[in-house]
Amino acid sequence: MNTFTLKFFARLREETKTDALEIPLGEVASLGELKEYLQKQYPHWSGFLSGKLLSAVNQQMVNDDVPLQAGDEVALFPPVTGG
Amino acid sequence: MIHISVQTEDFNVQDEYDAVCQQNNDDGAVVFFVGRVRDLNQGDAVFSMTLEHYPGMTESALADIISEAQQRWPLNRVRVVHRVGPLQPSDQIVFVATSSPHREAAFAGAEFIMDYLKTRAPFWKKESTDKGERWVDAKDSDAKKADTW
Repeated sequence: MNTFTLKFFARLREETKTDALEIPLGEVASLGELKEYLQKQYPHWSGFLSGKLLSAVNQQMVNDDVPLQAGDEVALFPPVTGG
Repeated sequence: MIHISVQTEDFNVQDEYDAVCQQNNDDGAVVFFVGRVRDLNQGDAVFSMTLEHYPGMTESALADIISEAQQRWPLNRVRVVHRVGPLQPSDQIVFVATSSPHREAAFAGAEFIMDYLKTRAPFWKKESTDKGERWVDAKDSDAKKADTW
């Protein structure tokens, strides 16, 4: 199956009660399509997804839209607060 | 030489400093920073906090930040230790040390690494306060500070 893994962290993980999802590439071909897909698929998450979120693809922070591939590890999380 | 550790255990500043200095005759300057848990945030008493991170990405994000610092300044040794898990007020959270032949690079490098760590390394703090539990919001001032480099 052509899927990628989506991981949530911190507040987003708690709000959605979800650690990780497998998403078909047929539904989401690039990072830019991800939020819209999630909002359509999980309408009750739209409030959680509306704030500022950062994205990573294969554990690298990504600011732009990038195409996704089978087996990619994508992550969405709130702005970081370490240190 | 760089060292990165993401750990639940506490760290000993003397041991970390000694590791930066051991068999190091090149560097006349060592700068280190320690970040600690405060018992007050945004006017509320903080009883404890938990630090979450993104295993794997955390270590690579820290390595990228250190590598960028080493491109900007001659930092022969960099050491970053960051704790995760439950922490109490006055606990140590983070240790950053840089060493260089001269102090300017060591000071600037340590500050740069902390500023970038605060905005690019995937750690998140959740506080337990007298008003309940809450995720700490990222500060605009931290983003602006990191943008100054």
